[in-house]
Amino acid sequence: MGLFSFFSKDKKETLDKGLAKTKESVFSKITRAVVGKSKVDDEVLDNLEEALLASDVGVETTLRIIERIEKRVADDKYMNTDELNGILKQEIIDLLAENNTDFLQDTNEEGKPYVIMVVGVNGVGKTTTIGKLAYQFKQAGKSVYLGAADTFRAAAVEQLCIWGERVNVPVIKQKMGADPASVAFDTISSAKANNADVVIIDTAGRLHNKVNLMHELSKIKNVMQKVIPTAPHEVLLVLDGSTGQNAFEQAKQFTKATQITALAITKLDGTAKGGVVIGISDQFKIPVKYIGLGEKMEDLQLFDKTAFVQSLLG
Amino acid sequence: MFENLSERLERSFKILKGQGKITEINVAETLKDVRKALLDADVNYKIAKTFTDTVKEKALGMNVLTAIKPNELMVKIVRDELALLMGGTSVDINTKGSPAVILMSGLQGSGKTTFSGKLAKMLKSKKGKNPLLAACDVYRPAAIEQLKVLGEQIGVPVYSEIENKNPIQIAQNAIAFAKKNGHDLLIIDTAGRLAIDEQMMNEIAAIKQAIQPQEILFVVDSMTGQDAVNTAKEFNDRLDFTGVVLTKLDGDTRGGAALSIRSVVDKPIKFVGTGEKMEAIDQFHPERMADRILGMGDIVSLVEKAQEQYDEEEARRVAKKIAKNQFDFNDFMGQIQQIKKMGNLKDLAAMIPGMGKAMKDVDIKDDAFKGIEAMIQSMTPAERENPQLLNGTRKMRIANGSGTSIQEVNKLIKQFDGIRKMMRMVQRNGNKFPKLK
Repeated sequence: MGLFSFFSKDKKETLDKGLAKTKESVFSKITRAVVGKSKVDDEVLDNLEEALLASDVGVETTLRIIERIEKRVADDKYMNTDELNGILKQEIIDLLAENNTDFLQDTNEEGKPYVIMVVGVNGVGKTTTIGKLAYQFKQAGKSVYLGAADTFRAAAVEQLCIWGERVNVPVIKQKMGADPASVAFDTISSAKANNADVVIIDTAGRLHNKVNLMHELSKIKNVMQKVIPTAPHEVLLVLDGSTGQNAFEQAKQFTKATQITALAITKLDGTAKGGVVIGISDQFKIPVKYIGLGEKMEDLQLFDKTAFVQSLLG
Repeated sequence: MFENLSERLERSFKILKGQGKITEINVAETLKDVRKALLDADVNYKIAKTFTDTVKEKALGMNVLTAIKPNELMVKIVRDELALLMGGTSVDINTKGSPAVILMSGLQGSGKTTFSGKLAKMLKSKKGKNPLLAACDVYRPAAIEQLKVLGEQIGVPVYSEIENKNPIQIAQNAIAFAKKNGHDLLIIDTAGRLAIDEQMMNEIAAIKQAIQPQEILFVVDSMTGQDAVNTAKEFNDRLDFTGVVLTKLDGDTRGGAALSIRSVVDKPIKFVGTGEKMEAIDQFHPERMADRILGMGDIVSLVEKAQEQYDEEEARRVAKKIAKNQFDFNDFMGQIQQIKKMGNLKDLAAMIPGMGKAMKDVDIKDDAFKGIEAMIQSMTPAERENPQLLNGTRKMRIANGSGTSIQEVNKLIKQFDGIRKMMRMVQRNGNKFPKLK
């Protein structure tokens, strides 16, 4: 994580502040449940269940966590609050898929340019996340090309262009309504010709149950491979941190269409808890790489699962 | 992993099937499943609990009435309760005032700008309003541009001040502009904001204070999870909004957040957004929504949609042609265009009662008509008017021209003949068919 040390201190504060609400609700509930009790009983587990459900962890995942804790309670006989918190933390950490690298490290290992395709449903914050990512790469001394392949939504191209200006990276675009695959092709071609390090392709938001639109993503991907056979090197699925259980279906359908390699969870600076990501990361074995914590270009942080769970549970 | 609510309920009701009456014991398992289903649907956990308690109470109370099967009774209770939870009858939007001012509010990415465009279009065409849109999102890159593009699409002017970073001033100026230019309706788009962002919440409260809008709509993504109640409550405490808009309902989310919000803030859900097209806006009808959640289909919406897009003039013309047995490929093409205007085929099919579940895994392409259209377009005007002309060579030319095969052309002609025959039959027996209304 040291690579992004230029903002780590500030950002840690933002994360703590953003997740503070989360901490209050989950941790205070569990604490309240355990107060005055010397051991974990059914009531404590019921309260824990409630706390997890209230954080969007979801029924299946919650039941799994509870089951494992119940088993350990049965095995160990006696368990106090501190022990319960420790075990809970560990159980959740275990569910989050391993993530040892970040995009920046990856760019050094693969050939040039390193292609990242960004996908997700409408309004999750794809374009904003791309702006922030570009800023991070740029700060690290990489040359970045952005591809405005959201040719559908009104002013999406302009939005990305403004980010391009802010961060000072070129944006490859065509007219609104143009074929997104063609924009992706152009972007990668010109990045390659200019020996750029990184290409980030923005795509239009699409609901995962629209079959045609999902096919379009596969097509964009295929066309990329005409320029660079190994592209895209990463497919980043952006999830809105306030989304509930539907995020599962999003992960499932986007994975089916494009083989997602990483997740970014946005809007975690609000009161939303993003608990759904625990189950998703576990089920699909996809690591969470980034979390979005605001609208400024510095407001993107590498996901650190220990820190995440720590912040989540206090 | 997750079944939708109706599937889940269907299954849990099956457990009850064959039981003589509802008892504490046999209802327990069902209620547990109902609660799980509600949680999977993102209904707030507290509300899910209250809901199942109420259902249980009612179910046990009806113990004696064993005239109908217990599972049917349970369906009725769950359905009635759901509809009740979502707010009884539908509430219309207040457009009285000169101009009537509608202020949009909500989190980032909930769909405020898109919805502003849809609302303007709808009130323009359905209520004959002369709307003005105001772009008060001065923060997000290209937000103003987005509203302008939408305004152009729907033929509604957009008031904006590119250099001005003060949304309160812009809103006030927009009202003055509307008055001066005879707009009787003003829709104010605002920036997305988090409920805990003190500064931004103060800003929108100040906008409200300054312009005293007739309606304040809280726009919320229907995929929102447990946090929906917190956000809705916070916005309501600050703005005392007048209605809720539920967006992105064309996804496969069950929209449990809707139930939660409705019961926490006691404000009506006035509209739903069902797609990216500017026509994809609907009134919210609690009973229909409850039916839809329970997999009972939404035939009323389907019929309404059909009526809306139905061109009566065209229908009369076609009917005349059918009577004379002159229905040709041009008319066929016209009919296809009418259906296409109604929107996404899968959405339409899913509204047919009983089809929701069946449609889930069926892949209906929006371009299902593409091949047919290509074939008809490859016909000469004479062929379109006189399908009898179509012989082997002509068919071959059409197949080549449309990139299809001769088999497909034959199939189309066969289908067309079938439709023609059926239409004649329907016309002759016209009165025997049940009316839709």
